[in-house]
Amino acid sequence: MSAFPNTSSRLTLNQAQPQVRIEIRSNPLFLSGVRELVGAVAKRFGFTDETGGQIALAVDEALCNVIRHGYQKQPDKPIWLSIWAEGGAWAGGTPAPSGGTGDERPDAMRITIEDEAQQVEPEQIRSRSLEEIRPGGLGVHIIKTVMDEAVYEKRGSRGMRLTMIKKRVDSGLPGSSMRVAGGGGGCGCSDKSGGSEACHG
Amino acid sequence: MADLRGRSGAEPLQVRSETKDGAVIVRPSGDIDMSGSPTLRMELRKLQVSKPMRLVIDLAGVPYMDSSGVATLVEAMQIARKNNTKLILCALQDKVRSIFEIARLDTVFTIVPNADAAYAMQ
Repeated sequence: MSAFPNTSSRLTLNQAQPQVRIEIRSNPLFLSGVRELVGAVAKRFGFTDETGGQIALAVDEALCNVIRHGYQKQPDKPIWLSIWAEGGAWAGGTPAPSGGTGDERPDAMRITIEDEAQQVEPEQIRSRSLEEIRPGGLGVHIIKTVMDEAVYEKRGSRGMRLTMIKKRVDSGLPGSSMRVAGGGGGCGCSDKSGGSEACHG
Repeated sequence: MADLRGRSGAEPLQVRSETKDGAVIVRPSGDIDMSGSPTLRMELRKLQVSKPMRLVIDLAGVPYMDSSGVATLVEAMQIARKNNTKLILCALQDKVRSIFEIARLDTVFTIVPNADAAYAMQ
């Protein structure tokens, strides 16, 4: 058991296998299916429809960034999505099915998105200033606004991993609500081509 | 016209348009994500060539939009400003409005509740 890096969430992460793990190809056609899956799992974990929709949006944005920037829009590269239930009824491992009579909700949902794309320094992945009205570059801002925590890291010698955590508002964990949109710094993305391109994240 | 509200995200985005009283009205239906936004972008670019006085984008049939959709609309707004076209968004569903608020673009665009309000705007 280890604490999530750079956090004071007091959430001890589950080291077991994820409850959900899928592999998809880097093709935008599959984004809608992933959104539906994530929204449905979030609902089962006790999140409201609204919050589940926001979590699905964050996952969508993260996948778009992998497809667009990581894989340069090549549609046949692998992306892995994993979901863990954290804390609450899941703190001691997978709870036995209660048949609908017990509270099987976790305190939080952890999602990782992993790829085999070219690695970048995690500190270069940041949101841009929202003062500038231009197309693109909103993905990281959306992810960090919607999720309680979002951390990028290199995945061994190949690929990147994004770990995101969303806490249930009534879980009692600190910071378990949607933050007001923050200003963010300059965009670290090298793609300044404009158009419909979003910068990293 | 068939009611396209609630189309599944698994179905490709469709974009219909018409001209009414000098205004071009665009009605996308379906999710506007990375898969669908190129379709909308292409249609908007085509429609903006004629530099209409007013461009109304009716989003009643759009249950979901991500940042690629927002980027497409920002680009359309920039073209509209160059052309002196008044661009109006209308009938945003809650999820779609939410992303505009997160991106702090809800005050940058002219957003009205429904198509009638968009037509009535001077």
